[in-house]
Amino acid sequence: MSGRSRLLPWAIPLAVVPVLVLLAYGFRTDPHDIPSPLVGKPASPFALTAFDGKPVALDALKGQVVIVNFWASWCYPACYEEAPSLERAWQTYKDRGLVVVGVNFQDKEEPAKRFLTQFGHTFPNAPDPAGRVSVDYGVYGVPETYFIDRKGRLRFKQVGPVSDELLKREIETLLAESA
Amino acid sequence: MTPELGYAAAVAALVLAVYGSAASAWSAVKGRADLRLSAERAAVGVWLLVLTCMALLVYAFLTFDFSVRYVAGNTNLGTPFYYRITAVWGALEGSIILWAFMLSIYTLIVVARYRRTQPQLYPWVLAVMLGISAFFLLVITVPAPPFQRLSPIPPDGRGLNPLLEDSGMITHPVALYLGFTGFTVPFAFAMAALIIGRTGDEWITITRRWTIVAWYFLSLGLLIGGWWSYHVLGWGGYWAWDPVENAAFMPWLTGTAFLHSVMIQERRRMLKLWNLTLIILTFSLTLFGTFLTRSGIIGSVHAFSQGSVGQFFLGFLALVVLGAFSLLAWRLDRLHAQGELDSIVSRESAFLLNNLFLVAAAFTVFFGTVFPLLSEAVKGTKVSVGAPFFNLVNIPIFLALIFLMGVGPLIAWRRASSENLRRNFLRPLVIGIAAAAVCRLLGVANALVLLCLALVVFVATTIALDFARAARARRRTGDGWLEATWGLALRQNRRYGGFVVHLGILVVALGVAGSQAWSTQTEATLDRGESMELAGYTIRFDGLQAAEESNHFKVIGTFTVSDRKGPYTVLTPAKKFYPQEQSPIAAVDYRLGFMEDLYLVLGEFARDGSHATIKVQVNRMVSWLWIGGLVLTLGAALAIVPEPRRTPALPPGAQRVVA
Repeated sequence: MSGRSRLLPWAIPLAVVPVLVLLAYGFRTDPHDIPSPLVGKPASPFALTAFDGKPVALDALKGQVVIVNFWASWCYPACYEEAPSLERAWQTYKDRGLVVVGVNFQDKEEPAKRFLTQFGHTFPNAPDPAGRVSVDYGVYGVPETYFIDRKGRLRFKQVGPVSDELLKREIETLLAESA
Repeated sequence: MTPELGYAAAVAALVLAVYGSAASAWSAVKGRADLRLSAERAAVGVWLLVLTCMALLVYAFLTFDFSVRYVAGNTNLGTPFYYRITAVWGALEGSIILWAFMLSIYTLIVVARYRRTQPQLYPWVLAVMLGISAFFLLVITVPAPPFQRLSPIPPDGRGLNPLLEDSGMITHPVALYLGFTGFTVPFAFAMAALIIGRTGDEWITITRRWTIVAWYFLSLGLLIGGWWSYHVLGWGGYWAWDPVENAAFMPWLTGTAFLHSVMIQERRRMLKLWNLTLIILTFSLTLFGTFLTRSGIIGSVHAFSQGSVGQFFLGFLALVVLGAFSLLAWRLDRLHAQGELDSIVSRESAFLLNNLFLVAAAFTVFFGTVFPLLSEAVKGTKVSVGAPFFNLVNIPIFLALIFLMGVGPLIAWRRASSENLRRNFLRPLVIGIAAAAVCRLLGVANALVLLCLALVVFVATTIALDFARAARARRRTGDGWLEATWGLALRQNRRYGGFVVHLGILVVALGVAGSQAWSTQTEATLDRGESMELAGYTIRFDGLQAAEESNHFKVIGTFTVSDRKGPYTVLTPAKKFYPQEQSPIAAVDYRLGFMEDLYLVLGEFARDGSHATIKVQVNRMVSWLWIGGLVLTLGAALAIVPEPRRTPALPPGAQRVVA
């Protein structure tokens, strides 16, 4: 047998390698991570009333870095996982010009309030009863988190829970910019 | 305590499976019977331990043990008890246990059946099967442990996905997984045959019935999935070319090809390499299907994606595909065909064409399913491939397959004479064309439907003629009609079982064609007391009621339906509001019929019940799909009945004379 014909059979297993590589590539993508056309554009304004009765309006927060987090009490486990990180970020950066706003998404008031008590959230949290804000921001599912810079432009969107590292990275980038 | 016991059982099962696999392989290398016995005991141990895992998980669900994360995520205090049992396989972790459980049962059957009769192949088969079990047990111990604790313990669980609260979900995953895992047996025998170099027909003869069983369960799983989609999802369809449906369909296509091409190898000693390739592909595709569902790399309605399970599956898939094909490459010199294709007009070439089309269909489905990924990798743009692509490519392929279904079983081996062709196909061809012509005159205008109809009648007539001819021949020997028919079906059960399966497929094909061509629907907003009409039905809206169920709130619409003959029925489609879901779930109501189903979906409504929007569909011939499934079941059952008068064990390589 010539060397060539002895090697030829091994082309069979090798032929599947590109398919496997393509599938492995799939891990680097997220089919739910649909690029938001809103990134880079001015964030759409909203005016809501928080659970504690105080008004929350985006216009009043100009000049600060704003994080808008959409959550729900039924969103288990993702919203429960990220909740402590949001509170920590708020505590760390609130004196340096950060505001965290929680928007409660398609929920009932009682379990939502229980959620807030459970995690001891101190940043403003408001229900979005008509779903207007979530439609404006293009929310597909909870949790989703939107980062708005000091100029009021939407800069970054996170689908799925946020982590301490991600919050730190994005917040510090945006805080370093001037208004 | 339950979670710890369950976890311990899973780990112990994993250890035993790894040990058993290695021991069995080593026993084959060294010829040590004591090791083999030990491996068999390990297989029994694996089964017992996986059974324990299942039982503990069921127990945790039944007792609302929310300290188990999986239980808390898939049930709540309102879940009825039977859905708490099916919730066991309602999500990733539990369905892997179900998989491992079924695999362990198959392994036991293999041990019981072949430990004495197949001394050479059997230790390697056991090694491969236990190795595959070990992988699934690894998944439930490391990346997806069903017994993971949850702390703090929540007062109530999240609840089962409401779409899974349906009787179809009790049987669909079970049938599908019996099909998926069933293909492990022929795969393991193929690998064993390659390892010991006995690449003849032995492994194919042994696994023939296994393949039919796996194929049958897979078909049943697909049909039940269609039924679930039809009566739960509320869009009136049964197949959407969703990636997950495709994932289960691809092994069905290659499995069907395998089922047919082994007959050529048995008969003509051809296609050895091809058959091995097909079984490797089929088994790999069952893994790929699970990988696709569980890895979250492709968007789908069956969104499961979590954690590192995908990486584990891809790793194992790579191991299986590369390992199996490398074995094949190593043994390539023993896989030369001993027969040759004599003529294009022969049964061999009809079967080859059938294989070609089935594999082409599998390839297009594969391509369409992974194309979004390919597009993103190469061009960086996200696209989605929808039903139009799959329909466009697959309809011609399936029509061609139906044609071959009529030709393949009756055309002569080697070289068909014109006498053979005329005798078997002339009348069916004429009758098929005549049937289509009559339907055309009766007003059927859709060309695809007419073509499908002509083909179906053609195939059905070939089967009927063949059967009548054979029964007549038997009657000449003195049997009565009934005796002749029964005797024939049982004596040549493989052939006639296959024919009955073909008839089932024909019924399904008519159902698909009819429902695609003739179904009709409309949507209207009705005030209370107001009526609408569709296809001869008059539907009157009588009002809304609300009901509080154990785990959801339900708004029910009442619609009184009359047809041309007068009052027909009252239908009550509803909307269910689950606290854990973002949008309400439609509960369809329907009246199934032989020729058409009336199918109502409740849309928007006024809270005071003064008006409601209703979607009305008249779906034609969908019931034929389910009837076809029943016929299929009969055929498959007939095909796996052991042949009554078996010739004594044939020497290896001898030819069994079965059509």
